[in-house]
Amino acid sequence: MKRIALIVAILIVGLHAAFAIDPLPFKDRAEEVRFQNLTRQLRCLVCQNQDLADSDADLAKDLRRQVFEMMQSGKSDDQIKQYLVSRYNDFVLYDPPMHAGTWLLWFGPFAFVLIGAGVLWRILRNRARQPLIVANSEEDW
Amino acid sequence: MNRLLPFIGFALIVALLAFGIHWNRSHDMNWVPSPLIDKPAPEFTLPLLYEPTKTVARQDLLGKPWLLNVFGSWCVTCQDEHPVLMAYAKKLGVPLIGMDWKDDPDTAKRWLAQFGNPYDTIIVDENGKAGIDFGVYGAPETYLVDAQGVIRYKHIGNLTPDIIARELKPAIARLGKEAP
Repeated sequence: MKRIALIVAILIVGLHAAFAIDPLPFKDRAEEVRFQNLTRQLRCLVCQNQDLADSDADLAKDLRRQVFEMMQSGKSDDQIKQYLVSRYNDFVLYDPPMHAGTWLLWFGPFAFVLIGAGVLWRILRNRARQPLIVANSEEDW
Repeated sequence: MNRLLPFIGFALIVALLAFGIHWNRSHDMNWVPSPLIDKPAPEFTLPLLYEPTKTVARQDLLGKPWLLNVFGSWCVTCQDEHPVLMAYAKKLGVPLIGMDWKDDPDTAKRWLAQFGNPYDTIIVDENGKAGIDFGVYGAPETYLVDAQGVIRYKHIGNLTPDIIARELKPAIARLGKEAP
């Protein structure tokens, strides 16, 4: 039991170290959590499948520092996101905002579900009718 | 007709996937369209590489179009692009301003001494803030700014003779036509 507790403790510490790629002087835990939360929602443009929190790219470091400085100067999360979007496009947001250009992205899956449901409904309706015909033809045979 | 339906469905899916492959091949998947096209270039005041006591600001460049090329001595692709800039810079008809981005000025000077200097002016953005304001994410990047200080064209990655002929020169020519 003690051993498991030790392993868990090591894992937690290790996980923590993984977050802090470059040590930033957070004033408290809440600020750090907010920073981690925010940088997790932002995409690194150099390695585009990584978020800003995880990326080790040089630009990501600069952007993390920028985000941190903006937090220090009292900017809200939305203001910081807007700062990045105005320079790097909606693409920096992992959660794309809804506007004319992203309707297909947002509603496309629902459209496919509707199409699928329509097709399914037609097939089921046809099947519901068919057994009678099949039964008849079997009788003839 | 009903018997063909699964085949038609299959053909549609094949067509969709083929289009996907075609699209991925003909597009750079890392390319992010800049939201700054047709917007005013960001403010900046940066020191000159060869005269660090002097600075160049956005306002100083208003009045005629100019080309901004973001580079760094650490940037491998910039080295690929460099001969192209050497060959074409003087033929474009607009001044070429180099932005030495996130770089040590002394290393940059050595780099330029070794490969040649295609730039009319070089400004230094050592901490990378001005580059971020321009939305730079991968050097080299090239911006065409018009006489009013508006960004009209951007190319991410190295300029090639083909891209200069197909995109950059027409973009510069369009600015010329607008001028009174």
